[in-house]
Amino acid sequence: MFLGIFVGLFLLVSLFFNTLGIVSLYRFPDVYTRMHGATKCSTFGTLFTVFALLFYSFVRFMMEGESRFLVLMIHVFIGGVVLLISNPTGAHALARAAYRSGTVPEPAVVDALENTKKSKGGVAA
Amino acid sequence: MFVFVVSFVMYLLLSWSGSMSIQEVTIAFVLAVVISLVSSNSPGSGGFWNTKGLSLRRWWDFLRYLFGPFAVGLAQANWDVAKRVITGDINPGIVKFDPRLKTKHGRMMLANSITLTPGTLTVDVDDDGVFYVHALTLTSLTPKEEDICGVFGQWARRIMG
Repeated sequence: MFLGIFVGLFLLVSLFFNTLGIVSLYRFPDVYTRMHGATKCSTFGTLFTVFALLFYSFVRFMMEGESRFLVLMIHVFIGGVVLLISNPTGAHALARAAYRSGTVPEPAVVDALENTKKSKGGVAA
Repeated sequence: MFVFVVSFVMYLLLSWSGSMSIQEVTIAFVLAVVISLVSSNSPGSGGFWNTKGLSLRRWWDFLRYLFGPFAVGLAQANWDVAKRVITGDINPGIVKFDPRLKTKHGRMMLANSITLTPGTLTVDVDDDGVFYVHALTLTSLTPKEEDICGVFGQWARRIMG
């Protein structure tokens, strides 16, 4: 009972942030601002799914002592670590590719990369 | 050595299902040797016997960073962006700053930390280590390093150099 409520709370938080990620796709004006919501809100949301699963398998392992819950815990943990590394790397690659293919941040109050492009005759390598 | 240890442990963790046999350990060892020999030719790895990545002090500092300032920053920034998604109150722009990081690993760690905390997104890092960051809400046109990434820069310099 207690376990179910706790895991459910974590999943609700996760769902809330993932939904915000989708909402931000409609609310924000250009590709860079949308990337903020779409990639980062979903990371934070999915981290809570990972926490929920970790907690669930930890409690079940402590209660019943079956090693399959420990295996689940290890796999979920590795999944979380991989998510933490691959998500920002992918977002970084997407943003860089978008800038290099000529997508200008609009609206933007300042664009430091624009000045670099002019002075060096190309986007910084 | 770092690649060897990581791939060896990873293989064992992923294949472990309650018990461990000598065959699995042997296969893990052989595969880890092959992977680390192949990757030791890549630039910046320092060769097969380089033990720099295994320093316990660095790993301890990294874990303290991950569960201390990084976790706090992640939660705060997510809450901030969540509010901005709903209210639509943004002031975006691309700014640059130089965190004075010398190693490629340090730059990677800082760039990933900046990108993971919402509100800031690393767009480009040039050869001199100057970061170009897209920020969702700018408070000034030429912000300092602390305005963009808080204490992350200090930790990246301390752990990775």
